[in-house]
Amino acid sequence: MMKSLKSLFGGDVRQFSMLGALLALVLFFQIMTNGKVLTPTNVVNLINGNSYVLILAIGMVMVIVIGHIDLSVGSVAAATGIIVALAIRDWGIPWWAGILLGLLVGAAIGAWQGWWVAYVGIPGFITTLAGYMLFRGVNQFIGKSNSVPVPEEFQTIGAGYLWEWGPNTGLNNSTLVLGILASVYVVWREVKLRKKAVRIGIQPVSTGTAAMRAGLLIVVIAYVTYLFGSGRVGTSFPVPGVLLVALVILYHVLTQRTVIGRHIYAVGGNRVAASLSGVSTKRTYFFVMMNMSILAAVAGMVFIGRSTASGPFDGINWELDAIAAVFIGGAAVSGGIGTVTGSIIGGLVMATLNNGLQLMGVGSDRTQIIKGLVLLAAVAFDVYNKQQGRPSIIGHLFRSRPVFPDSVDEGADTLPKVDPRTEAVAAVDPRSTTAAVHEQHPQTDAKDRR
Amino acid sequence: MKFYSGLDEALGDDVATTHVTLEMRKITKEFPGVKALDDVSIAVRRGDIHAICGENGAGKSTLMKVLSGVYPHGTFEGQIVLDGHHVEFRDLKASEHAGIVIIHQELALIPELSVTENIFLGNEVARSGFIDWDEAHIRTLALLARVGLNVNPNTQVKALGVGQQQMVEIAKALSKDVRLLILDEPTSALNEEDSANLLELLRGLKGRGLTSIMISHKLNEIAEIADAVTIIRDGVTVETLNVEDGPLDEDRIIRGMVGRSLESRFPAHTPVIGQTFFEVRGWTVEDPQVPGRLVCKGSDFFVRRGEIVGFAGVMGAGRTELARSVFGRSYGIYRSGTILIDGVPVSLPTVQAAISHRIAYVPEDRKTHGMNLLDTIRKTIVSAGLDKITHLAMIDEDAEFAAAEAYRSSLRIKTPDVNEGVAKLSGGNQQKVVLGKWMFTEPELLILDEPTRGIDVGAKYEIYGLIQRLAEAGKGVIVISSELPEVLGLCDRIYAVCEGRIAGVVDRDEADQEKLMRLMTTTTASAA
Ligand SMILES: Nc1ncnc2c1ncn2[C@@H]1O[C@H](COP(=O)(O)OP(=O)(O)OP(=O)(O)O)[C@@H](O)[C@H]1O
Ligand SMILES: [Mg+2]
Repeated sequence: MMKSLKSLFGGDVRQFSMLGALLALVLFFQIMTNGKVLTPTNVVNLINGNSYVLILAIGMVMVIVIGHIDLSVGSVAAATGIIVALAIRDWGIPWWAGILLGLLVGAAIGAWQGWWVAYVGIPGFITTLAGYMLFRGVNQFIGKSNSVPVPEEFQTIGAGYLWEWGPNTGLNNSTLVLGILASVYVVWREVKLRKKAVRIGIQPVSTGTAAMRAGLLIVVIAYVTYLFGSGRVGTSFPVPGVLLVALVILYHVLTQRTVIGRHIYAVGGNRVAASLSGVSTKRTYFFVMMNMSILAAVAGMVFIGRSTASGPFDGINWELDAIAAVFIGGAAVSGGIGTVTGSIIGGLVMATLNNGLQLMGVGSDRTQIIKGLVLLAAVAFDVYNKQQGRPSIIGHLFRSRPVFPDSVDEGADTLPKVDPRTEAVAAVDPRSTTAAVHEQHPQTDAKDRR
Repeated sequence: MKFYSGLDEALGDDVATTHVTLEMRKITKEFPGVKALDDVSIAVRRGDIHAICGENGAGKSTLMKVLSGVYPHGTFEGQIVLDGHHVEFRDLKASEHAGIVIIHQELALIPELSVTENIFLGNEVARSGFIDWDEAHIRTLALLARVGLNVNPNTQVKALGVGQQQMVEIAKALSKDVRLLILDEPTSALNEEDSANLLELLRGLKGRGLTSIMISHKLNEIAEIADAVTIIRDGVTVETLNVEDGPLDEDRIIRGMVGRSLESRFPAHTPVIGQTFFEVRGWTVEDPQVPGRLVCKGSDFFVRRGEIVGFAGVMGAGRTELARSVFGRSYGIYRSGTILIDGVPVSLPTVQAAISHRIAYVPEDRKTHGMNLLDTIRKTIVSAGLDKITHLAMIDEDAEFAAAEAYRSSLRIKTPDVNEGVAKLSGGNQQKVVLGKWMFTEPELLILDEPTRGIDVGAKYEIYGLIQRLAEAGKGVIVISSELPEVLGLCDRIYAVCEGRIAGVVDRDEADQEKLMRLMTTTTASAA
């Protein structure tokens, strides 16, 4: 079983441990609750109820990679929420203008915080600690500590569903189309990888393996499609979920495949070397801090959409949830390490825990205790692995290169065959791997570990 | 397990006996995908200075890390026998306890702490939990006297020169009752004078019975000081040469290292020198930390197409400061001066501007300035020239891979895979990666700051060849080097830099060691 999985996805089976942990968690709760977890209503709730924290985690991982932290996101979300809600109610602007306004507010707040961090040189921790108080105050001052409702259209982005159309397939057709698109992408990717392997002159995986791999992924997609599409009539894969997926794809590509993404990791990994390579550290800091506040504004709007009103206590403790998700997802406190996809998995682990424990009737007191322990255990596991010279779980998950077999008999000069970059996830980030050596590894020059 | 007495007691032993004090037998050490050491054996005689030579990535540092417990017992195969006893070190502390102290390839002092604090770091002189600073101070003074370093023990280490820092490292080792001192490329960052001092010190310590193992790529130093040389190639011991069996000359060592003689240290090259295309006039820069102190004092220089220009000077003469301030003002506070490219004044206020004017600067300190140690070889190589492989805002990963592969083969970077992290490379191979990173930007002017630091003879030859080929293609190259033979052998014209001022310029034909030395050390009487 292990062997076949290994040949299927190329690389080490351990790299699936984090995803595996998530799946195991889901399964565990599924059994403990007699099947209450994997029901259309529950998964929709799970996505809707956590989308805003997951959106924050996307921005937060970038902030943590550059070596800062953002404590203000909950307050920024709340401040944006109240401004948007009031503008719609009192100025009568349409809902879409409200969204634009919200994005602008986020950008303005982001520019403010980015300016302090990048151009004045105040650490992000301090700047955003100030922002945490400041924007909470702004929310309560502007809203006079009242709750302000938002119109129905606005609620779509927080709790809406995709529309129903076309023939009766027994499933929500919009969800079905998304599922089909995802499956087409999986197949297309297989073909592309194969072509690429041929182009750069390496042995592509066998057709059987490729078909198996694509098949397995498509089965998963089909199941998810069914799960979301077969709910109560009128429900579907929820709008916040679509937004989240779109943002994850966008930011995954941004961090892994674009120049700004490279600059973010470069600045986080070694600021001096980055600036001597022509990276503007200030601009990078500014961009990342500003981006975080924009995403916080998005999260704030999704939240008021879901809760139908903006209130004075919105967004309390969100920053901590987002930060926890990022660290469970394998980021390093010292910066330079972390991925968007890893952080989302980290966030989903937390979300599943919350949800499953709640379904089991565990009180919020004990849920908190368990979540705290899980955070500690996940990071401890990472640290332990790094000390053993092994990449972190997430490092495994998202490296582009297969791990060398544990026993290599060839001499040092024999080059291991380069496998086509064919992991299940297209992410390219071997960072955690190298970080393992750099940071905690007793085997590097002791010098590195001041 | 026997506990070792301090060095001074060891002095009582019969120094003359050529006893084997350390034996490493059949050491094999593997990393995932790399067999760094394959059945290596080495025997070190008491009181010897035993050198270890080999190409970059041969496994020298790894062998020493095995010996000093950085790689604990059980993570490698083979045995270590110290004075007839098998030893199994759990960690560095354990090997220090047995009298083995290693000074790593990169300095490990903490710049913000004082000399005393650094020397006793982790070994604090404490009485019932409180540090006895007076005692530590006195002991530091004694240790500094032993290494011949005349500085105030309260000085912050960052205020010391590299050579002095190296002496502090040795003082630190002596504070630990060392009986076997391991030095991994101790002189690679030192200028000739400091190197000579260090070698002299080692010789003195040897006279008092200390055994040392020294790794170095400076074969002339080895020839001068070593009693025995073990040569390692690709993780395998090639041979051990003893001084009694004939002199340890450089050629003999090279033959062992690369399997053949090197006729010349520099490839043949006929310079074709064209027009001046890069010129700096009246360059004046202020120290960023000390207001009012100038690190460049009205420097003028130029580079012609096809020319290799050397900047010679002692450590701290201001060559790096000059280069970095020209390179997008990445150092210091600009005061005055102009840069002309092809006769046109340009402003290079940022590194980006310098890069887009096709200037490249390869820094001297690869680990802190040259690269992100968390990155892979592949990403590092393209990191200064991302624009070249970006299409429609997306990085073309095929092009990236191809570029990395191209430099891996042309620079002979020793690694199983370009997706490997740069942190795993040997020191010399990291240097090659940084070189590749800047060659990838296809510069018109390439500034190299100590380009061959820590690089083996064979690779040096290759790098000289690369520099010459760039020059032959009509580019300009500036080489900053503290090794005079390198400057003399490679450069067409040499500027001598002294105390932030260009003290003179000599052409290749007229240049010799003495002349340069004189220019490099002339104190500026006119300053008053
Ligand atoms: N932590 C590590 N993980 C994987 N490979 C490593 C690690 N450390 C060293 N290596 C590999 O082991 C080999 C020997 O490295 P080592 O540092 O001992 O070389 P060296 O002889 O000291 O070279 P140099 O002269 O360049 O310092 C190299 O191929 C290197 O890439
Ligand atoms: Mg080495």
